[in-house]
Amino acid sequence: MSAAPLLSLRGLEVVFATRRGALHAVDGVDLDVRPGEILGLVGESGSGKSVTLRAILGLLRGSARVSGEVAFAGEDLLRAPPRRLEQIRGAGIGMIFQEPMTALNPVLTIGVQIEETLAAHGQGDARARRARAVELMREVGIPAPEARLANFPHEFSGGMRQRAMIAIALAAAPRLLLADEPTTALDVTIQDQILRLLKRLTDELGMAMILVTHDLGVVAETCDRVSVMYAGRVAETAPVETLFAAPRHAYTHALLRSAPHGGTPRAPLNPIRGQPPQLVAPLPGCAFAPRCDFALPACGAERPPLVELAPAQASACLARDRLPPWRAP
Amino acid sequence: MIPAAEAELSAAGLSKSFVGSRSLIDMALGRPASRLQALRDVSFEVARGETLGIVGESGCGKSTLARCLVGLHEVDRGEIRYRGQTLGERKGSARSRYDRAVQMVFQDPNGSLNPRMSVGECIGEALAVHKLAKGAQIARRVAELLALVNLPDSAALRRPHEFSGGQRQRIAIARALAVEPSCLIADEPLSALDVSVQAQIVNLFLELQARLGLTLVFITHDLRLVHHLSHRIAVMYLGRIVEIGPAQALFAAPRHPYTQGLIASAPRMEPKRVAGRDAVAGEIPSPLAPPPGCAFHPRCPRAADICRQVAPALETRDGSWPVACHFASAEGAV
Repeated sequence: MSAAPLLSLRGLEVVFATRRGALHAVDGVDLDVRPGEILGLVGESGSGKSVTLRAILGLLRGSARVSGEVAFAGEDLLRAPPRRLEQIRGAGIGMIFQEPMTALNPVLTIGVQIEETLAAHGQGDARARRARAVELMREVGIPAPEARLANFPHEFSGGMRQRAMIAIALAAAPRLLLADEPTTALDVTIQDQILRLLKRLTDELGMAMILVTHDLGVVAETCDRVSVMYAGRVAETAPVETLFAAPRHAYTHALLRSAPHGGTPRAPLNPIRGQPPQLVAPLPGCAFAPRCDFALPACGAERPPLVELAPAQASACLARDRLPPWRAP
Repeated sequence: MIPAAEAELSAAGLSKSFVGSRSLIDMALGRPASRLQALRDVSFEVARGETLGIVGESGCGKSTLARCLVGLHEVDRGEIRYRGQTLGERKGSARSRYDRAVQMVFQDPNGSLNPRMSVGECIGEALAVHKLAKGAQIARRVAELLALVNLPDSAALRRPHEFSGGQRQRIAIARALAVEPSCLIADEPLSALDVSVQAQIVNLFLELQARLGLTLVFITHDLRLVHHLSHRIAVMYLGRIVEIGPAQALFAAPRHPYTQGLIASAPRMEPKRVAGRDAVAGEIPSPLAPPPGCAFHPRCPRAADICRQVAPALETRDGSWPVACHFASAEGAV
């Protein structure tokens, strides 16, 4: 835990110009990822988790204004020249997406796409590239890799496509993998396989990963640490065991309480009242305050800062010391 | 088991297949159209006021089953009965009575609400079609229905796009309830919603069921949810029910190897459980070419020769509940 962070975000902001005004998709995000660590980035739609991930690699379109600091291995990516950023994409930081079909090229075989990546990152010899492609396919658990290299993406199942995309991301041996909801489109049994695969690969290769998901169960089973996002901000960051044992933000607390937990069957759940906020009209205080059971007048007045509570743990909640146990004893 | 007389809704031996499209090249080469067997010999009963959860992965036939139950698809074989009367025999007014009694709630409320109509018109249309109200009565009834799903009267004048996802699902539920059904078929009604909003809609289903005595067939891939909400659960795999039994007992000691793997795969809110072998190895086979014998055998850790040849019947063996496995047992339970 004491190692210097591999990736460090400070005050990251992403603002989209829309017809209804400026939309603060990411509103001052601080994150650290240490070498070899799996950080979960969890939140609902519109919480800014995917936009944060894309901002790291400069993948947002022209209408997005990105500011703040993105330091990867000490290098500021927001100010890096485009050519340098291209080198870092792939070799330094790889990325996988929710829907591999939109990320893979439909008219090239999987083999060509893996070898293309190898060539782009300086693997010169065609025979060596082919051998390495077979090795990568085997590594990600694709059966009969020699034969499957000649297949097109549409000939793969959803799970196999995700494996192929992971193989392409691994081709340039990145130190950090950004995974944007990589299992959301998959069935439960296939999701389980892919999460195990990602976990094994990060262990074996000493690679760090940011896993974006909306599913707290996926976080619990896969991640070392987790940052919970709400309305473009980090609500809370904590080691996974700590977060599930005792959340320190009222939103995390409410989210954990609202899920069914094998309590009394068919008993009413504890829903969070209201709806997620509109990002075009940001609130002056805590974005969760209008839905919060523990809110004080101060919560609506000014934005609570993200306060470090322990190494690797921080909370932006004024009620963090007043939250009761979320799980019935 | 529930005696047939009490069953609100029952299905006996339902089979349904879809024929794939044939391209000109297929025709020129004399290739036959592909046939997808979506449901194979599916039977179950739902008692009045009961919640039957149906779980399974893609291609298991759960949505096709929902559509057959509300008459959106004709079945190839088998019988659907509502309070003892067969759906197929219903023509004219009998059919209309069935359509009123059994209503469906879809996954995506955006696809089931007309964006050009006000919410009041969306709900009022159902009342008018079934001649349940006219004139000023319609507005009164619409207000009642909106209150039932915890929305204000004023919602009637607005259009669906002005509401959030959770509110739109409430509107869709209000419309389904407009014709006073006794049975709701809900196909993944929560999966398009944000996590923080799902619990609100779960509570709404529980509340409506208690208040109106509704029978509920709840189709989902979310095991945590189905565990919590259902009295009984049916697990489907490639068009068949492989196990059906009481929700709590089935989750505590699943008998079918697929159910065991499915439950083990579902992420739980317990830190750091993932380790070791895959809960279920392999891929879901294509429903266009399902494996012979037991469709689960290529992924099953206990598969033997008989599994590759003979499809096991859905039978109760040891006094528990029906399971379609040659080696069904509580052993190896998770």
